[in-house]
Amino acid sequence: MSTTVAPPLGALPGQADAPERRRPVAFFLLSPSVAVLLLWMAVPLALTLWFSFQRYNLLDPTVGGFAGLDNYEFLVTDPDFWAALANTLVLVGSVLAITVVGGTLLAVLFDREFPGRNIARLLAVAPFFVMPTVAALVWKNLMMHPSYGVLGSVARGLGLEPVDWFADYPMASVIVIVAWQWLPFALLILLTAIQSLDSEQKEAARMDGAGPVAQFFFITLPHLGRAISVVVMIETIFLLTVFAEIFVTTSGGPGNATTNLAFLIYARALLQFDVGGGSAGGVVAIVLANVVAFFLVRTIARRLEV
Amino acid sequence: MVKRRRGALLAFGFALAAALLPSGGARAQTTVTIATVNNGDMVVMQRLSSRFEQQNPNIRLRWVVLEENVLRQRVTTDIATRAGQFDILTIGNYEVPIWAKQGWLAAFDNLPAGYDAEDILPTVRTGISHEGKLYALPFYAESAMTYYRTDLLQRAGISMPERPTYAQIREIAEKITDKNNQVYGLCLRGKPGWGENMGFVTPLVTAFGGQWFDSQWRTKIDTPEWRRAIAWYSDALRQFGPPGATSNGFNENLALYAGGRCGIWVDATVAAGLLFDPKQSQVADRVGFAPMPTGDFAGGPTWLWSWNLAIPATSKQQEAARAFATWATSKEYIQLVAQENGWVAVPPGTRRSTYDNPEYQKAAPFASFVLRAITEANPTASTREPRPYTGAQFVGIPEFQGIGTQVGQTIASTLTGTGVEQALRGAQSATERAMRQAGYPK
Repeated sequence: MSTTVAPPLGALPGQADAPERRRPVAFFLLSPSVAVLLLWMAVPLALTLWFSFQRYNLLDPTVGGFAGLDNYEFLVTDPDFWAALANTLVLVGSVLAITVVGGTLLAVLFDREFPGRNIARLLAVAPFFVMPTVAALVWKNLMMHPSYGVLGSVARGLGLEPVDWFADYPMASVIVIVAWQWLPFALLILLTAIQSLDSEQKEAARMDGAGPVAQFFFITLPHLGRAISVVVMIETIFLLTVFAEIFVTTSGGPGNATTNLAFLIYARALLQFDVGGGSAGGVVAIVLANVVAFFLVRTIARRLEV
Repeated sequence: MVKRRRGALLAFGFALAAALLPSGGARAQTTVTIATVNNGDMVVMQRLSSRFEQQNPNIRLRWVVLEENVLRQRVTTDIATRAGQFDILTIGNYEVPIWAKQGWLAAFDNLPAGYDAEDILPTVRTGISHEGKLYALPFYAESAMTYYRTDLLQRAGISMPERPTYAQIREIAEKITDKNNQVYGLCLRGKPGWGENMGFVTPLVTAFGGQWFDSQWRTKIDTPEWRRAIAWYSDALRQFGPPGATSNGFNENLALYAGGRCGIWVDATVAAGLLFDPKQSQVADRVGFAPMPTGDFAGGPTWLWSWNLAIPATSKQQEAARAFATWATSKEYIQLVAQENGWVAVPPGTRRSTYDNPEYQKAAPFASFVLRAITEANPTASTREPRPYTGAQFVGIPEFQGIGTQVGQTIASTLTGTGVEQALRGAQSATERAMRQAGYPK
C-alpha cells in the first residue's frame, strides 16, 4: 500500500522498531512518568475497588464492614441503573450521529471559498472552547428557559405557548447542548481531512460527469472514513462521562429521564452518601468504558492499517 | 486536547492565586469558616457580620454561602469524613439530634448569662437538643402557613376560609389563575430534594392520612393515601402553577410571590417577614394568611423547622466559632437587624422576647399567628397510623437525606408527565431497597 502521507498518529504498533541497545536508556528515562501515571491511575482504582466491597454510608458510621457482592447486587437490581445505561447509550449515540453528520456537512461547506470564510470558521469552532458548565448555564437560562429564554420569547412572538424544554424534552435538550459543544470538534477534524483531499481527483470526477452529490458520496465520504473513525472514538470516550451539562441543567431529572451512568454514580455517592454503592457503580463504569474502548480501538486500528 | 491542557493550566493558576490570597491578609488572627444557606436572612447576617469583626478584631470570618441542596451535600460530606473544612455549619433540626448522637457536634454548655437560652421558644429548643444539651443555636425558626393575595380573591368574589382544606385551596386557585397575565393560582415547591419538595409533600401526605413507614418500618408509599395526595399535588400544580415548577424551591417561589405572580403559596412562616416587607415585596399590602391547609386527617404532626448554627466537634476554632454563633443568634443581633432593616425583617421564630416586643407586633401583623404555629408545633405527634419515627416534614433517621432526595426526584417527575401510580411504585421500591440496605428494621 502506498500511503503518500503517514497520518500523524503517534506510536502505532509497527513503528516501534528502536535498536535493541537503546532500550535500557529509554526505559530509564520513561520510568518516572510511567511511575507517576501508574500511581495516578492505580491508587484511585484500588481504592474504588476496595470501597465497592465495603458497607460504607457516610450518613451512618455505625454500619460498616465487608459487604461481599451486596453493593453490586443492589446496583444491578436497581431499575435506575438500567435506565441510566439506556440513557447513556441514547446520549452517546445521538450526539455521535448529530456531530458526525453535521460535522461532515459543515466541513464540506467550510471547505468552499466564500467571503468571510475565516471568520465563519472561527465562529463555528468557538463553542468547543466554552467550558461545559458555562455552556449549560447559557443554554439553560438564556436559551431554553420558558420565561427568560430566547426560544421562549420567539415562541411568544409567534403566538405559541413557550416550551419548558428541560421539563418536557429533558433528554433532547441535553443532547442539543452536548452536540452543540462537540460539533466543532468533529468539524475541525473533518475539515482538515477534507483539505488533504487531492483536488485533481475531484477534477477528474467532474470531467467524468459526476455531480456534486455523486462526488460527495464516492470521493469525499470515502476519503473521510478514517477521520470519522477518529472522531467517533475520541467523542465516545468523552461522551460516556458527560456530567456537567446534566448537573447544571436537569440534575438527572425529571425522575431519572436524564440520569446517565456518570450522574447515577454521583447521585449514589454524593446525594445518598452511599460510598459503597457509588464505588460499585464506578467499577462497572470502568469495565464498560474499557470494553467500549477495546472494540473501538480494534475496529479503528484495522481501518487505519489499510 | 489543547482545550483541556489550557483548562488545567488555568485551573492551576487560579488554585495558586486562591491559596496565596487569604494568607496575605491574616496576621495572628483566627479565621472562622461559616457554611450557610443563601436564604434572605442569612444574606443579611453575612452583611452585618462586619460589625462582629469590628467588635472582635482578632476574628476573621470566611463565608461559604450556598444553595440549600448544595449546602447540605457539602456540609454532610465534610462532617461525615471529618474533613474539618468548616467551623460553623448552618443545619436544620433534622440534622442536629442525629449528628449530636454520632458525636459530630460540639455541645453549647455554659452559655453566657446575657444570652438567655431560656428565652428560646421551648419547641425550637427541644428540636436541637440531645440528652438535655443544646447542640446548636437557632438562627430562625418556622412553621408553615398559607399565603394568599387578598386583591385577587376579592376580585374573584371569594374569601379564604378560616381553616382551609386542600380541596378548597384548589378551587380558589382555579378561580384566580390568569395565565395570560402571568398570574398563577398556586405556587408550591417542586424542586427535588428532601428539604425542598419533600418538605411540602410529607405534611401533605400526612394530611391525606398517609405516612412513610409503618410501625414495623415497612415502606408505605405505594398506598391510596399517597396516591390521593400526589394526585392532588401534581394536578393542581400542573393546572394552576407557574411554568417550570420543577425548578422552584423556597427561594424561587418567594421571588415569584413577591413579584406578584402567585395567587396562593403554602410554605414556611419565615416568608411572612419578607412578603410583608415593602422593600422586598411588590405585594406587601395585599398579603393574606391562613393556617396550613388540612386534608381528611387533622391533628397529625405539624411543620417545625429551624435553621441553626452548629460547631463541628473537629473544629479547631471552637472559642471563636462559639463567639460568632452566640452573637448571630442573640437578642442584640435581632435588635441590630431591626435598626438596619426594620422590625418586620428580623429573623423570626426563635425568641419569646421578639414576640413580646410591641414594635415587632406593630410591624408584623402575622406575629402572634406565627408564634402560635411554632409554639404549638408538634413534630412528634402520630400520623393516622402509628409510626416509629419523628418529624413533620421529614423522617428523623440518618438515611432520610438519601431516601427523601431520591423520592423527591420521582415526585417531581409527576409534574412533567409521569403517571402518579407509576411514580409511587418506583418510589416504593427504591425506598424499600434503601431501607433494606441500611439494615431496617433495626
